[in-house]
Amino acid sequence: MSIDSNGSPQAADPAPSNNGPGKTDLVAPNAGTGPAGEGGAVTLLTPDGVRVANATYDPWIADLTDEDLRGLYRDLVLVRRFDAEATALQRQGELGLWASLAGQEAAQVGSGRALRPGDMAFPTYREHGVAWCRSLDPLTLLSLFRGVTGGAWDPAEHGFALYSIVVGSQVLHATGYAMGVAKDGGEDAAIAYFGDGASSEGDVNEAFVWAGVFNAPVVFFCENNQWAISEPSRRQSRVPLYRRADGFGFPGVQVDGNDVLATLAVTRRALDDARSGLGPVLVEALTYRMGAHTTADDPRRYRLDGELAEWQAKDPIARMRTYLESTGRLGEAFQSALDAEADALAVRVRHGCVTMPAPPSDSMFAHVTADGSVDDPHFAAERAMLARETG
Amino acid sequence: MATLTLAKALNQGLRACLEDDPKVLIMGEDVGKLGGVFRITDGLQKDFGDDRVIDTPLAESGIIGTAIGLALRGFRPICEIQFDGFVFPAFDQIVTQLAKMHYRSGGRVTLPVTIRIPYGGGIGAVEHHSESPEAYFCHTAGLRVVTCATPSDGYTMIRQAVRSDDPVIFLEPKRRYWEKGEVDTAVDLFGIDPTSHGPTGPAHASAAPVLGLHRSRVTRPGTDVTVVAYGPMMATVLAAADVAARDNQRSLEVIDLRTLSPLDLEPVFASVRRTGRCVVVHEAPGNVSLSAEVAARVTETAFYSLEAPVARVTGFDTPYPPSRLEDLYLPDVDRILEAVDRTYEF
Repeated sequence: MSIDSNGSPQAADPAPSNNGPGKTDLVAPNAGTGPAGEGGAVTLLTPDGVRVANATYDPWIADLTDEDLRGLYRDLVLVRRFDAEATALQRQGELGLWASLAGQEAAQVGSGRALRPGDMAFPTYREHGVAWCRSLDPLTLLSLFRGVTGGAWDPAEHGFALYSIVVGSQVLHATGYAMGVAKDGGEDAAIAYFGDGASSEGDVNEAFVWAGVFNAPVVFFCENNQWAISEPSRRQSRVPLYRRADGFGFPGVQVDGNDVLATLAVTRRALDDARSGLGPVLVEALTYRMGAHTTADDPRRYRLDGELAEWQAKDPIARMRTYLESTGRLGEAFQSALDAEADALAVRVRHGCVTMPAPPSDSMFAHVTADGSVDDPHFAAERAMLARETG
Repeated sequence: MATLTLAKALNQGLRACLEDDPKVLIMGEDVGKLGGVFRITDGLQKDFGDDRVIDTPLAESGIIGTAIGLALRGFRPICEIQFDGFVFPAFDQIVTQLAKMHYRSGGRVTLPVTIRIPYGGGIGAVEHHSESPEAYFCHTAGLRVVTCATPSDGYTMIRQAVRSDDPVIFLEPKRRYWEKGEVDTAVDLFGIDPTSHGPTGPAHASAAPVLGLHRSRVTRPGTDVTVVAYGPMMATVLAAADVAARDNQRSLEVIDLRTLSPLDLEPVFASVRRTGRCVVVHEAPGNVSLSAEVAARVTETAFYSLEAPVARVTGFDTPYPPSRLEDLYLPDVDRILEAVDRTYEF
């Protein structure tokens, strides 16, 4: 089935791919390295940009207007442009490190746009696309990677927790936060981002235990980008990661993470289940880390060029663009305006980064603890020493 | 005033915490129906419900990690770690997450999480049940580390710790759980609306009705030697002071540190300036320990007052031994008095 420019179903698709919660077919452990969609991942938009029907998930994006669809495309384009600029800034010595999201834009934008304002996202250090969806200024992210701050945004203001560099630690935080939501009787939900590598961490598995037994309203969103630095995802698990949920007693679903529409639909449904008191859901988004783990990594040492080419053919942005163009939703005017917006964003990011002031030296001593009524002469003496040294 | 064991004083303090603030939660292994393996939370689940006194899965990192999430949502969790030797699965969450989030967020996030840990030896337990891990936590900025030695302090300090907006490692000397003392449960700890979620305020200031959480105390005034200790060693040091007074006519001034991070050493410095002699006592091994820090700071601050090097009496630098040997491992009255003697022989 395809969808016309009005969003109406037009023709029957011979091969709908509906594999939601409850699917138990054995999938090869390295299924994710095959074409996206193989192994039963939910797909609404093929790599060729063709919309396919899915009776379970179509209703979850039926409300999207043409403007919404273009908005998703705009998100994808802008976060990739920001990411490319950040990588360039690191190469030029302006950032200490950068963890590129290239290739994972659809997984992040699709899930990020599924969130409501009151929800709380718990990111790793690569969720720049989710940060974008949560209205965090890209320069705030860069302040962390430039070494100016520790990532000093207000999680409550953005519904976006601090970046977490200790792999898997944030998944427990999301679970506890969701337990708190349930205690409050609120309708918010939490979403925990993590990767295929983190799925081996004890904290992630403990989070699954806790969320299960306390029925916490949390969505575990695993971006399986196929690589944990140099280790392929098959080194982390004998079964596809979404099937881990079975053993913890909640649904697991695999989605084509390079398909922004499928990711949006699957995440919306998972969040809705969580809000409705049905408990946690594990979403495994199959995607690909097109670049290095971080700018300090060299993937040429451990993976073949052919694999990258294979995934480039499934690029998340290209397929959305093809879809919008082929259905007459993407005019030249929109595209050229978007190109200009992306260039302007890059200029703003570059200028904001290189002119970002170094933190004042005394800020090293600020906010070590919260209760300012406790006096500690030893700490005060260290602080005074630095003040003397720096005049 | 009531005469209570330390265990009961802590229990009543926790009860007051739950009554003071509906956002306070207790979470840990077996804290519910059983009341904890030491019965410190006895009866609390029955009175406050299993939504606030939560039996958790058996996963220490999970206890602390979810407590962080609950704190981000506005709760004030009190976590019980069943024994000192079991805190290490949670060590990562404590030192990389709990301790640093306030700092990393530029002060935007506060994590008022209290972690209660029964610690120390002397109860004839099997391995991993008798350890003194305090130095690990004191080494990490962002954590407050405190320990009580008496029922009175147990009652007040747990309430102050839970009221604090900082993460607090609250160490309970398990071998003193059953020792009794006077406790004033009617004491006005905060002088503020008890339902307020606000900061601890100036509870440690001199005008406050009780000693603040981060203040050390001169427990026994004396004139000849300053003896510094905390937690389970306080009773041992006070016994040594009795013997020294009786047998040697030596007057020991005994100081209970109470707060291990930050240290409150002004009373120690003032004492050493009068006595000229200092002995520091704890159960934990001496290598890179609290006594090393106290000795260094006393030396830096009161060097010209010292008649002898600061002496240390600590556990040995071995793993905690099998319990049939723990009496030889733990500092006792004789070993403390021998150290006092050394400060006279220098």
